[in-house]
Amino acid sequence: MADNGDEEYRIQQGDYVVLKRGDIFKAVQIVPKKKIIFEKQWFFLDNAVGNLYSTTFEISSGGILQPQKLKETGNPSDLKEAGTDNRNIVDDGKSQKLTRDDIETLKEQGLKGQEIIQQLIENSSTFRDKTEYAQDKYIKKKKKKYENTVTILKPSCRILAMMYHGREPGKICHLRYDTLAQMLTLANIHAHSKVLVFETCAGLVLGSIMERMGGYGSVIQMYPGGGPVRAGVESFGFPAHFHDTLHEFPICHVNALLAGELDTTAKDPTAEEKLNLAADEEQIQPEAEQQGSPEEQNMETNAAQDQEKIEKEKRREAKAQERKVKLEEKRKKLAAAAALLEGRNADGLVIASRFHPCPVLMTLLKFLAPSRPFVVYSQYKETLIECYTKLKEQGGTVNLRLSDTWLRHYQVLPNRTHPVLLMSGGGGYLLSGTTVAMDQSKPAASQRSEEPAPKRQKVKDTEG
Amino acid sequence: MSFVEYSDCIQDGDVAIVYLSHNSVMPVKVQQGAQTQTRYGVIRHSTDLIGQPYGSKVTCSKGGWVYVLHPTPELWTVALPHRTQILYTTDIATITMMLELKPGSIVCESGTGSGSLSHAILRTIAPTGHLHTVEFHQQRAEKVQEEFAEHRVDHLVTVRNQDVCKDGFGVTGVADAIFLDIPSPWEAVGHAKAAMKRQGGRLCSFSPCIEQVQRTCQALVDQGFEEINTLEVLLRIHDVRTVSLPLPDFGPDCRSDGVEETSPNYAAVSLKTTTPPREIPGHTGYLTFATKPRT
Repeated sequence: MADNGDEEYRIQQGDYVVLKRGDIFKAVQIVPKKKIIFEKQWFFLDNAVGNLYSTTFEISSGGILQPQKLKETGNPSDLKEAGTDNRNIVDDGKSQKLTRDDIETLKEQGLKGQEIIQQLIENSSTFRDKTEYAQDKYIKKKKKKYENTVTILKPSCRILAMMYHGREPGKICHLRYDTLAQMLTLANIHAHSKVLVFETCAGLVLGSIMERMGGYGSVIQMYPGGGPVRAGVESFGFPAHFHDTLHEFPICHVNALLAGELDTTAKDPTAEEKLNLAADEEQIQPEAEQQGSPEEQNMETNAAQDQEKIEKEKRREAKAQERKVKLEEKRKKLAAAAALLEGRNADGLVIASRFHPCPVLMTLLKFLAPSRPFVVYSQYKETLIECYTKLKEQGGTVNLRLSDTWLRHYQVLPNRTHPVLLMSGGGGYLLSGTTVAMDQSKPAASQRSEEPAPKRQKVKDTEG
Repeated sequence: MSFVEYSDCIQDGDVAIVYLSHNSVMPVKVQQGAQTQTRYGVIRHSTDLIGQPYGSKVTCSKGGWVYVLHPTPELWTVALPHRTQILYTTDIATITMMLELKPGSIVCESGTGSGSLSHAILRTIAPTGHLHTVEFHQQRAEKVQEEFAEHRVDHLVTVRNQDVCKDGFGVTGVADAIFLDIPSPWEAVGHAKAAMKRQGGRLCSFSPCIEQVQRTCQALVDQGFEEINTLEVLLRIHDVRTVSLPLPDFGPDCRSDGVEETSPNYAAVSLKTTTPPREIPGHTGYLTFATKPRT
């Protein structure tokens, strides 16, 4: 039966997906015959194509994925036998009858994780004496170790933020996912707005903002160095039209832009230089080759030599042409981004980088319209204290707030409910606020003719 | 003005947020000829507001001044008239991300309460999404519907006045996400499942008490929900201060060669730091999230 609503839910060749086992995530692209290594196991994703997202696969021999049959519910052992306490359980290191080698053999025989766990339970002399809860815990632990399944998920801000925080916190300045959630909300990120982003979080923050904008409006990424980093954005797997809303502007041209001295009609001088350099290099190279073997060169006929020369010339020209086109494109992009910035009417500003936030904030705030929110993330509180002080001195902002969030997870199980772990400190800090018009002398005595006369001359001061 | 789209200038009929001071904001419905009393004096809408850009400083009759801000769901949350307890921005932000809300999402919510979360949902799912919100209290349902119209987001939302535990959300098989903030969420889990898309979706339930969480989790397991996860997010605000720490006087330094050096009497070191507020909200509610698998 054809299911019309399902197409977007099916895994396709070339899709960016997220692999999941337990609480471990990994973002990959579906590429034919590509070997993927995840959690010490290797496999191919070819078989996943055509299946629905959120399907759990079993990894069979040869790294082939098989969609998991209906999940066996309940514990592998339906033994209802259990102890009440651990007064008689002694740790003699001999409770498990299977040796390491035995387990390896079971694995090599291609036994399923479930079956290995069953064997471990049967060969554990203390399992029956453990309390029901301890048995549960034992099975969960073994499952984690021996189960060879992987779930394929559609990427989202939630999943990728959790993945980066778990796998590579250093790459995202230790930005915890609940902090990212606060940023998106405090900056009022939504469709049809114009948002400025400066981030060195692998593109995770940028991607999250793009997801919330749904391809409506524009995002201008201010980038340091040679080009914007967007590995994280790729992982979101946005449709092509989302990228039309994404602009980029090098932070090194911001001063020029603010001074009105950025000439986007002329070619970027640094890029021009690079082009010339590259062309020079190429010119030198063939000469060097030729110099290397003068005898050989003499033996060749002149015609062949000329032919070769012409071809090389042609290739060089084509390459130079290609570069010129690319440069032209880059220039156009720069001009487009500059045009968006010049109005100084952006709707939001988000900063999350490894750079000192203070100068970044003070500079980029100039591009914001009044009454618009901004959010600055920093791993360290001290840098944000400095930002706060500077903003208070300078004026032009209200609603300033320096904050962080604590995130606590809970284990909720019958008779075993308690907090899982306390995460604190590591999530980073936020400074948020709203821009307002800078102080200017107001035109005195505004017209009030059409207003009714104030009812009372004295207005009672109400507290609170 | 609209809660889902910025505009530059204040117009007749807008809802503007008057910023009086830190922690003190008030919503104002802008009307030609009307005036608003504040502790700094009167604001006359026709001259002080209409036609002015958002973010302007407005001088009131007593010489005091305020800023007039463009409404956002976050400002609305601190300014709105409470008819119930409300969800605040910290929880709202977490809910929005964990429910994977974005433009185009179809969301079901109950109860609507004072509409604090509703506005944040609408902001996020506009312009193509829709919110189906259920409130069993008739007056509250009517009031919030009025507000949605005033805020120009009523095209994105349907308010239903019914009991979600008995009658469900009024839709089936359409929702990408469900949010429950009701006293007995476990009674609504079945309806939530029915309201969700066949292909699956996300659910969140907000409860202040752990017993409510336990019953909800059990109901979620029974209904075949996966990835059940309970968490709590707490906001800490840091007040930026300059503190001055005095240095004690150790008396004259006897080691100095006979010359008695007088140490300055009131020496102190000052530094910029932050102090936590004396009291902070220690608990709002537990957030339980779950995924409905494809059925």
